[in-house]
Amino acid sequence: MIEWLGMPVAASAEAADVDRIMALVHWLMLVLFVGWSTFFVYVLVRFRRSRQPVANYHGARARWASWVEGGVLAAEIVLLAFFSIPVWSARVDALPAERESTVVRVVAEQFAWNVHYPGADGVFGRTDIRLVNPDNPLGLDRRDPAAVDDITTINRLNLPVGKPVIVHLSTKDVIHSFALPQMRIKLDATPGLVQPVWFTPTVTGEWDIPCSQLCGLGHFRMRGVYAVLPPAEFDAWLAAEAARQ
Amino acid sequence: MILRALVSVVRVATSTDHKVIGLLYGFTSLTFLLIGFLLVLLIRWQHAFAGQPLPLVGGLLGENAPGGIMLPEFYNQLGAMHGTIMVFLGVVPLAVGAFGNYVLPLQVGAPDMAFPRLNLLSYWLYLAGGLVMLVSFFMPGGAASSGWTSYAPLAVIAQDGQTYWLAGMLLVILSSLLGAMNFITTTVQLRAPGLTWLRLPFFVWAQLITAFLLLLAFPALQAAAILQGMDRLVETSFFMPSGLVVGGQIVERAGGGSALLWQHLFWFLAHPEVYVLVLPALGIIAEIIANNTRKPLWGYRLMVYSLFVLGFLSFIVWAHHMFLTGMGTTISAFFQATTMIISIPSVVILSALILSLHGGSIRFNTPMLFALAFLPMFGIGGLTGLPLGLATTDIPLHDTNYVIAHFHYLVAPGTIFALFAGIYYWYPKITGRLMHEGLGLVHFFGSLVCMNLIFMPMFAQGLAGVNRRLWDAGAIYTHAQETLYLNVPMAWAAIALAVFQIPFIVNLFASLRLGRPAGDNPWEATTLEWATPTPPLAHGNFARPPRAYRPPYEYSVPGAPADYTPQGEEGA
Amino acid sequence: MEIPYTAEIRPDTGLTNPKLGIWLFLASEVMLFGSLFASYVLLRIGAPSWPVQSAVLSVPLATLNTVILIASSATMVLALAALRRRSLPGYRLYMGLTILGGLLFLVVKAVEYGDKVSAGLLPSTSNFLGMYFTLTGLHALHVVAGLVVNLFLWLPGAAMWRTEPARFAGRVEVAGIYWHFVDLVWIFLFPVLYLL
Ligand code: HEA
Ligand code: HEA
Ligand code: CUA
Ligand SMILES: [Cu+2]
Repeated sequence: MIEWLGMPVAASAEAADVDRIMALVHWLMLVLFVGWSTFFVYVLVRFRRSRQPVANYHGARARWASWVEGGVLAAEIVLLAFFSIPVWSARVDALPAERESTVVRVVAEQFAWNVHYPGADGVFGRTDIRLVNPDNPLGLDRRDPAAVDDITTINRLNLPVGKPVIVHLSTKDVIHSFALPQMRIKLDATPGLVQPVWFTPTVTGEWDIPCSQLCGLGHFRMRGVYAVLPPAEFDAWLAAEAARQ
Repeated sequence: MILRALVSVVRVATSTDHKVIGLLYGFTSLTFLLIGFLLVLLIRWQHAFAGQPLPLVGGLLGENAPGGIMLPEFYNQLGAMHGTIMVFLGVVPLAVGAFGNYVLPLQVGAPDMAFPRLNLLSYWLYLAGGLVMLVSFFMPGGAASSGWTSYAPLAVIAQDGQTYWLAGMLLVILSSLLGAMNFITTTVQLRAPGLTWLRLPFFVWAQLITAFLLLLAFPALQAAAILQGMDRLVETSFFMPSGLVVGGQIVERAGGGSALLWQHLFWFLAHPEVYVLVLPALGIIAEIIANNTRKPLWGYRLMVYSLFVLGFLSFIVWAHHMFLTGMGTTISAFFQATTMIISIPSVVILSALILSLHGGSIRFNTPMLFALAFLPMFGIGGLTGLPLGLATTDIPLHDTNYVIAHFHYLVAPGTIFALFAGIYYWYPKITGRLMHEGLGLVHFFGSLVCMNLIFMPMFAQGLAGVNRRLWDAGAIYTHAQETLYLNVPMAWAAIALAVFQIPFIVNLFASLRLGRPAGDNPWEATTLEWATPTPPLAHGNFARPPRAYRPPYEYSVPGAPADYTPQGEEGA
Repeated sequence: MEIPYTAEIRPDTGLTNPKLGIWLFLASEVMLFGSLFASYVLLRIGAPSWPVQSAVLSVPLATLNTVILIASSATMVLALAALRRRSLPGYRLYMGLTILGGLLFLVVKAVEYGDKVSAGLLPSTSNFLGMYFTLTGLHALHVVAGLVVNLFLWLPGAAMWRTEPARFAGRVEVAGIYWHFVDLVWIFLFPVLYLL
């Protein structure tokens, strides 16, 4: 089923769970729809006026109808209780330890993604909106010792494969939505909030970050790029960037 | 001559007769439907040929489309206003304002609405609201452009058009609240003798529950609109958190507001609102199916009870539109559960309607065809609501074209078809003449095919991860490439859909003169509206005070003289 | 053509149309003020800091207004009672007092607003003041609406007393229900905005 649905490649450890439910629920929908449609077409043909000149006042003695409805409810409860809710809680509650993870800040703005790596010391430097200017969109305070080794990029998020990634998501202006289709994650960047979202890339490759919430006239072109790299390549890139900044 | 015309116009525009007001609602809302449709034609063309000059109309759009090429600003206005116009100025006024006004008093055997003057006021408020929305297109900065959802802070910092949107909404809301009051009072107080609750036609039940939804849900948006108005006009910070930087400039506001507050208030209205979009449609469908299967509805009581459950539950599912705002497990579990549960009453009603066909003697006339097509279309729309209702599967689908396809199957080939069916069905009662079947068939099959050609591909695009509200339909995204080509056939289908509306419009006007004379009860129907003279008397509708002697759909009663026994006919 | 049950009670529902109508309208009003109140709570919970309300606003003036409004509700009751006693003069007197009460309330409110604005306390100053102005302003609008209705029933509308007394009494009753609701909203706003 899932391959017919034509979703983007599943490139994270968590994607499989999402896709499994996606396939199951679409099976349910397909069965219901085909079932109903067959019955629908049957009655239309069987009870057309020319075939059935006089209607039957009492109509269908359909006990099974309530069974179908019960069945739908049962199926939905199963999907809910055994699949959706557990997976969801796994997605939002089980935050991996920062030590084992690649931690980055992503700050959305009209119409770009600012990415902030803590650098070697693993500590994010201080930021202050009063320092925001075209060359320093994050308002990073370079005088702060923790900030010296920090690395910032725009619309470019590089990550090492096979290791959990934690993104601390926020926005400078309006609501945006941070989506990595191949990782099966999406989270609104809501003004005034900093929210974590995490995943474990399992496949290397380079894909797009589409902004998924209407954020103004540039919404359609608010495209970032993220690349999942072999660890060595990623470290090399980090080092290069650190040297440049 | 001109003077006489003027006088008659004024007379119509100030009549307190529910039938006249119903027709006023009807024409205004149809016009808005047409406008909403034309706006979206631009969108569909734009999606197919982004960045290319729009043919024909390109020149007319002025600075909205320099050299005929649509600006993103204008694209966003189109999207927001299409949604707003279709929902608040098109479908609801047609389903409730027009059909409710014209048919409900007749079906309950009332001489008029309970508050005729208030009824007229509702219409004028609605028209005023609609006009405010329309003029905003011609204001500097153009119309509202933050989506029909008007999420803050975007909407707070948006152009003046947003203020007009808020003003227009407040007028429309007031109109709906007064209308809802009027419908409920009419149903409760003016029911003809003998018309007990469980003898009410299903259409009346649907309108009654709809009225309650409007009455209790709309105030939330009223409040939200007031607050956003304050944010825009006197710079309060209800929806503006501290420390925002817009376009490099620090926002000088007190701050401390909440961006999510708007979403809660909006969806607290907007989810019930989507059932407002569909319940009257279900009512119309039920009437037409009962009449054209020539048998009572299957499980009438069950359907009525389901309406209650649906109405109640629709107040506690709103946050399923907000799963991806960073919701914890408990809250999301609650809203997923309510969302799954609310699908059951819908399934029950749909099943009841399909089972009603069983054992019938089905007549396939135009209204019935539209009514029948509604069922599978609603099925597709409804079933695709399920993956959206599970928070986990909503992750990849949220804000993609999958959502657009989901609800358009419910509102376009769903509700719009039901409304068409209603027009074909009650037209003879209103005008005394039947609409033309041949033209009706062209309208039906054309619309059915085109609707599916437009919306089915959106599921594929959505699953591929293509977002909604994109000026270029996602052309710059690699994951959008495989499904991009679909936009071209979709654009042509949309234009074909427009062409297939022409027979309908012609039919609507030509049948006034040329239609086959209908008499009082052309469909041999049972409910009370058909017991009136055609058209119903200007004063009091009924020739003699009606009385109900039996349930609404007594078709093919064993041993009865005819295959239908009118509700108002003397006897047991 | 006559709409049934505009004045007389429908046996099986025990209601007249206007009465059911006003109750339904008030239901939506409850939802309106309810939504605004919920917003107030959410904003206050979410806010990093919230002023001491009683220190910012003038409790004495608000208390005065509370008394005035409750009094005007009482006179509204008396006005209806007078009609039931078939005494138009009595009605005129008490309805007059009700209107006076409403006007007084607005005057006091205006004074209060004046103080705030002159002290540079504007809706934009803080979300608390924003909510204060929004809620009290919306309530004041309701008072004005009530005043318009009452004024109508006081002077021109009263002509109906001679022709259809029952229907007129019905109107006054409905106006009364609305007026009591407006009063109730204030009694709710007073502690929420001034004391808590
Ligand atoms: C008429 C309007 C309408 C109706 C009835 C529904 C019905 C449902 N909707 Fe939909 N919805 C919208 C209009 C509607 N919706 C709109 C406008 C939006 C988008 C708003 C926006 O963001 O702009 C939306 C968005 C939306 C979302 C948010 C998606 C997102 O933004 O990520 C969700 C999530 O839970 C959802 C779920 C549901 C569910 C579970 C139902 C259920 O009630 C469906 C139950 C019905 C069924 C299960 C079908 C049963 C029928 C059969 C089985 C018979 C089949 C018959 C034959 C085959 C002959 N809807
Ligand atoms: C009831 C609601 C409703 C209805 C009926 C429709 C109908 C249609 N919608 Fe709409 N749509 C929305 C509600 C609705 N839509 C909403 C809420 C959005 C989201 C907006 C947002 O993003 O904020 C949306 C968004 C939306 C988009 C996505 C835009 C984007 O993502 O940027 C698209 C794209 O194709 C679209 C297409 C269509 C089409 C082709 C129809 C067709 O089905 C149109 C069919 C219309 C007719 C067939 C007209 C019938 C009328 C007549 C024949 C007139 C006769 C006149 C006289 C006699 C005077 N709609
Ligand atoms: Cu940022 Cu859309
Ligand atoms: Cu919903």
